[in-house]
Amino acid sequence: MRMIVEEVMSRDVITLSPQDKIESALKLLNEHHIRHIPITDEEDQVVGIVSDRDIRDAAPSILAAEQNLDILESPLQSIMSSPVITAHPLDFIEDIASLFYDYEIACVPVTHANKLIGVVTEKDILYTLIQVTGIREQSSQIEIRVPNKIGTLPKIAQIISDRNTNISSVFLYPSKEDQSERVIVLRVQTMNPMPIIDELKKQGYHVIWPNLPGMSE
Amino acid sequence: MNAHKSAFVFSEAFLSYKFRDDHPFNQKRVVLTYDLLKASGALDDEQIIPPRMATDEEIKLIHKSNYIEAVQKASVGLLSSEQGMQYGIGTQDTPMFENMHEASAQLVGGTLTAVDAVMNGDYTHAVNIGGGLHHGFKGKASGFCIYNDAAIAIQYLREHYNLKVLYVDTDAHHGDGVQWAFYDDPNVCTFSIHETGRYLFPGTGNVNERGHNEGFGYSFNLPIDAFTEDDSFLEVYSKSLEEVTEYFRPDIIISQNGADAHAYDPLTHLCCSMKIFEEIPKLVHRLAHKYCNGKWVALGGGGYDIWRVVPRSWAQLWNIANLDGQTLQGPLPKEWLEKWQPKSPVQLPTHWQDLSRVYKEIPRKKEITEKNQLTLGKALEIIRNEQKYIL
Repeated sequence: MRMIVEEVMSRDVITLSPQDKIESALKLLNEHHIRHIPITDEEDQVVGIVSDRDIRDAAPSILAAEQNLDILESPLQSIMSSPVITAHPLDFIEDIASLFYDYEIACVPVTHANKLIGVVTEKDILYTLIQVTGIREQSSQIEIRVPNKIGTLPKIAQIISDRNTNISSVFLYPSKEDQSERVIVLRVQTMNPMPIIDELKKQGYHVIWPNLPGMSE
Repeated sequence: MNAHKSAFVFSEAFLSYKFRDDHPFNQKRVVLTYDLLKASGALDDEQIIPPRMATDEEIKLIHKSNYIEAVQKASVGLLSSEQGMQYGIGTQDTPMFENMHEASAQLVGGTLTAVDAVMNGDYTHAVNIGGGLHHGFKGKASGFCIYNDAAIAIQYLREHYNLKVLYVDTDAHHGDGVQWAFYDDPNVCTFSIHETGRYLFPGTGNVNERGHNEGFGYSFNLPIDAFTEDDSFLEVYSKSLEEVTEYFRPDIIISQNGADAHAYDPLTHLCCSMKIFEEIPKLVHRLAHKYCNGKWVALGGGGYDIWRVVPRSWAQLWNIANLDGQTLQGPLPKEWLEKWQPKSPVQLPTHWQDLSRVYKEIPRKKEITEKNQLTLGKALEIIRNEQKYIL
């Protein structure tokens, strides 16, 4: 799987037109357990987006003595957000994640040649990132603190491949304690990581896990 | 006199399931257990039934034909390492070995023999410590497991007897193969308590894995923290299993009794003692009598300290099945110690129970206990919510 939008987006998109009533949107949100509906015109161009929050903001307060339900008869164009932030099918997953973070949104319609072809939600992005951690493949986790130096990762990978063991995922992030160090998190496809850990230790690597909590370090 | 009859499935043929001399999965533990029971006078010859071989048709109850064919090829040295990789065969965990198909089919046959013994009405409980290979997938070997005897036995019970099966997995690793095999089946409830998959193989077994479609609400997971000790383990185990069994009301219980949650186990990070290996089967035994007319099939599983931990654990499992919930106490038979101490690389224990704490004090015991209690609450949420609506 490539980490791009067209690989993770949903293609079955529920849409409404700007003239549809708020009531129809409310019904669709509840029926399909979704939180966003792109609003499109006759040419499938995205002209707005409506979220469950937009509708809640427009709906009468549940605390009010008399409920004025006429509001639900209003057209969606009266409450929809416009213009809409959209994504391209070839956009990277990381970019969409930053987009969600920066704009505090949770869904973007995906357009190609000005037509709606899909949507990507926060949930799709989270799911993809979970895949990246390698958790969906049977594996054991090893964490190693290493100096931030060229050539460390291949040496560690070699120790693992020497033991005929596959690597499911690799993370590399700066150590909290010391900027001259990195933490490498590996998921390896074996139930018995002990021979690998012993070899890593023998070669002087600092294996943070497996270890006793509060006893090591 | 025993009110209930129990069968012990055993043959030296179980030893043929052997990957390598230095591989952690070592079926010598089955012989060590057998020998310990014999030396203790706890196992009569007439209680022993030899395992049959599983047929290809029976293995197909769970596994895919192309996978079985690959294992059969590997068995006679005709599978290339590239071909093997897609089936998880020829890895460090499950290397190829001569006659691996027959050796694996023998373990499955042992578990089916145990099931037959109970279902024919000849025995109330049956124990096959040669089985319990819970990581095997439909089309892939993994985690030392080739064929998933537990899953095959459950499907066998579904097809031949239409029973509701409760699967109880107390191995320190998540019982993933069995869980996924029945993830959408509401007639098979899988329960697994294990060290969290955060670090430990296979990584799954989170509380939110609850089943799919029709099977939603019939998969229970209790991922407990690394360094969990006896009291916390038993607290969450007992509460959850009692509630799950009451909720599901099974016709039969299949238990997988991996013995790798002990502090001595080299592959896991739990800090339990022999105590849990007495309390775990005692509860299963009691629940089998309460809900299933006693119908209980107990299997082995993981367990990598084959000298100090596994023989005592599995011998007590048999004792509980055989002695109506009782375990043996006091010193181990001299005869067994004298026979095996010269062959053991470690000092053998002298008593059935661990006499003193076998690990250093765990500094964060309180937090670990609290976290496990929270996990317990999450795991049982679904049952407790349902009960709220009934009331």
